[in-house]
Amino acid sequence: MTTDSSGDVRLSGIGKTYGAFTAVHPLDLTVPQGSFFALLGASGCGKTTTLRMIAGLEEPSSGTVHLGDQDVTALPPYKRPVNTVFQSYALFPHLDIFENVAFGLRRRGIKSVKKQVEDMLELVQLGEQARKKPHQLSGGQQQRVAVARALINHPKVLLLDEPLGALDLKLRRQMQLELKRIQTEVGITFVHVTHDQEEAMTMADTVAVMNAGRVEQLGSPTDLYENPQTTFVANFLGTSNLIEAEVDTKNGDDIVLRAGGGKLVLPEARCSAPTTAGGKVLVGVRPEKISLTHADDAGEIPEGRNRITGRIAHSSFIGVSTQYVIDSQVCPEFEVYAQNIERDPRLTPGADVVLHWSPVHTFGLDAAQDIDAGIDEQAAV
Amino acid sequence: MPVVNWLKRHLVVIAGLLTLGYLLLPNVVVTVFSFNKPKGRFNYEWQQFSTDAWKDPCGVAGMCDSLSISLQIAIWATIGATLLGTMIAFALVRYRFRARGSVNSLIFLPMAMPEVVMAASLLTLFLNLGAQLGFWTILIAHIMFCLSFVVVAVKARVLSMDPRLEQAAQDLYAGPAQTFLRVTLPIAAPGIAAGAMLAFALSFDDFIITNFNAGSTVTFPMFVWGSAQRGTPVQINVIGTAMFLIAVLLVLTSMVIGNRRNRQKA
Repeated sequence: MTTDSSGDVRLSGIGKTYGAFTAVHPLDLTVPQGSFFALLGASGCGKTTTLRMIAGLEEPSSGTVHLGDQDVTALPPYKRPVNTVFQSYALFPHLDIFENVAFGLRRRGIKSVKKQVEDMLELVQLGEQARKKPHQLSGGQQQRVAVARALINHPKVLLLDEPLGALDLKLRRQMQLELKRIQTEVGITFVHVTHDQEEAMTMADTVAVMNAGRVEQLGSPTDLYENPQTTFVANFLGTSNLIEAEVDTKNGDDIVLRAGGGKLVLPEARCSAPTTAGGKVLVGVRPEKISLTHADDAGEIPEGRNRITGRIAHSSFIGVSTQYVIDSQVCPEFEVYAQNIERDPRLTPGADVVLHWSPVHTFGLDAAQDIDAGIDEQAAV
Repeated sequence: MPVVNWLKRHLVVIAGLLTLGYLLLPNVVVTVFSFNKPKGRFNYEWQQFSTDAWKDPCGVAGMCDSLSISLQIAIWATIGATLLGTMIAFALVRYRFRARGSVNSLIFLPMAMPEVVMAASLLTLFLNLGAQLGFWTILIAHIMFCLSFVVVAVKARVLSMDPRLEQAAQDLYAGPAQTFLRVTLPIAAPGIAAGAMLAFALSFDDFIITNFNAGSTVTFPMFVWGSAQRGTPVQINVIGTAMFLIAVLLVLTSMVIGNRRNRQKA
């Protein structure tokens, strides 16, 4: 990364309303130069509108857009030094691949485009296809043309609007790596809009999770996954087990909570909710952090781990791991993913088990939120 | 049974050839009789082969004048109807405005109304306005009824156009004028061309509306109708054949160009 800030994208108080409907609530966001930034959210959350406001294709109802030090809020799209890779590519059907890629250069009055276009087609490995029309290419090839057509203009920022949505899973994985490679190679700021949480996490340095026109949480993929701060983020990114608990006492840096009959320990630093004694908190833990021990061996579990007892309701074997659903007092459907290293043959549906995990893997959320936020959205996409 | 089997296998081809024959036979008759040398004033019986009419296509008094008037009207009507129709089509598809719904249905009225009725009401209108009947009244009438056909043809095309293409052009530094010239127009071109060709054909051979509103001006269809009462000169067949050949030639040329382009791409 460079210290140059001419490729920063700075949104201040930017919002968009359509009549009575608010698509994007005023938000502040800074995307540093050279970073790969993802806007993640379910459809209709305002992520595409935000992107289109950066491109100039949508006029914000409030706020400003800065590129570096330049205020571009009032500039039309054709005067902004940004380029977009559109959903479904929007390649010009009447022009061949070469002319599609040369379009931006020609509009800026650059005469000798041949060398640049050929180099760019080489970068996306489409040198042979220069004289074909877009409809003669496959989806993956069209996608690469769309990237080349945008990148050739050396924009300060490249905006990608669900660019991989139309591709099948295998090709999508391949293109994710390809895009990441290109971004590292050209060093341009990428702002990527997607509803695929895995895509956002594999590609981006920073992810902003959006929900209902607001940014729920912003951070690195690891940070978002390990320390979600809202139930939406906890449920939308991967899976979380959330337990309703009550604050009992504080013990140094830890909070001791009561849930069902037992006690759970939560490091105070990992709790985003107010923690007054007697107050409610949602305690979360990711399914892969939990260990399962048969109730007969409960004595072998080391001290200091959070424990919950329950009974296996379902188990499904999926190769690398086994997924268990556990029925317990504190949470009716507790999910546990266990690596298939040493499988205990007693762990079958109906068996009594103890779930236990290290307190450092516990996170605390404000109990005032909808405990199921984000679950339906994830299922819908 | 081999005959029946052969028929079964070739039924589609036979049906196709018969239909083609049915469509082309009148044109063949017109062409053949353009080489006739009739005895009387009527060119309805084959006498002997002659190229007299082809050597002197304007030999009949007034015919080439009428042809020239018809071509002029057709060209101007095509230009006028295509310009207006394209703009209307874009407005109807792209913008939401008051009375959009009623404009949308009113535009079809000239297609649905019987021509005689339209011709008569146009005449009433022109007479009440005190307009001098002639070239201009014919042109106005032609633009009016060609308009709906152009709107229908262009609208179908614009409806299938992805507005994101124009956004992509703007994103790639094309201003509004550049976007229209480089992206919108080329993509809409097939629809506009279809509308223009339809307008030309409709205007060129319109008789009823023209006859009502022509005053003393004589267009080619009116000339043919008028001369049919007194006798039909062979030159009418010559003009008919020539137009048919020009049309066929145009279609063949566009096909050859299209094929060559496809071959280059592959």
